[in-house]
Amino acid sequence: MKILYFAWVRERIGLDGEEIELPAGVRTVADLAAHLKQRGEGYSYAFENPRVVRAALDRKHARPDTPLGTAREVAFFPPMTGG
Amino acid sequence: MFTVRIQAEDFDAAAEAAALTRGRSDVGAVVTFTGLCRDDDAPGGAPLIALTLEHYPGMAEEEIGRLLTEARGRWPLIGATVIHRYGRMVPGDNIVLVVTASSHRTAAFEAAEFLMDWLKTRAPFWKLEERQEDSRWVAARDTDDEAAERWG
Repeated sequence: MKILYFAWVRERIGLDGEEIELPAGVRTVADLAAHLKQRGEGYSYAFENPRVVRAALDRKHARPDTPLGTAREVAFFPPMTGG
Repeated sequence: MFTVRIQAEDFDAAAEAAALTRGRSDVGAVVTFTGLCRDDDAPGGAPLIALTLEHYPGMAEEEIGRLLTEARGRWPLIGATVIHRYGRMVPGDNIVLVVTASSHRTAAFEAAEFLMDWLKTRAPFWKLEERQEDSRWVAARDTDDEAAERWG
């Protein structure tokens, strides 16, 4: 699965994206965030308050309880500040 | 005509508004909103040198397209153009343009405001502020969430 990171999530993790194999048991956006959080110091910092981090599945906004399903691209980012 | 453009280059608000009405006689109202990079966010603090807008390519276009579809379901729009820039901008530079065209002013006014309110909380863009001593990501504002929520 392709994962993308933006803004301070990207800076804290130190990557703008990566390919990962989904471990068994990772079914929702929240599961994936929890899995990523334990991958290292930067990840742990990026997801220190997972409620703040937003996600998109295949370029559509998703909620923590949204199933990953057959999504090919998942993105994590802070609340948006455009406009 | 309904158009979304995500671009680094500046835009010409007057030319975009003219493009929506060219050759037609059914447009009775055009509302043009331009959002600019400004330098008054931190009174007493270090002046803003620049804003850098990061975006999620692909999703930015698609999400604003979905907002346009939503607006068209709520108001009888004849046309609309949304342009959002990315990259580094200094105070005075244009950031975002929303133009709406309708037969009557209420639809044009309301749809433009709706698009801006929803764009601020849903379009995947993030502002990095550059000041004298440091750079920091702009925090999302509760007032923006409230502005978006009032549309239901």
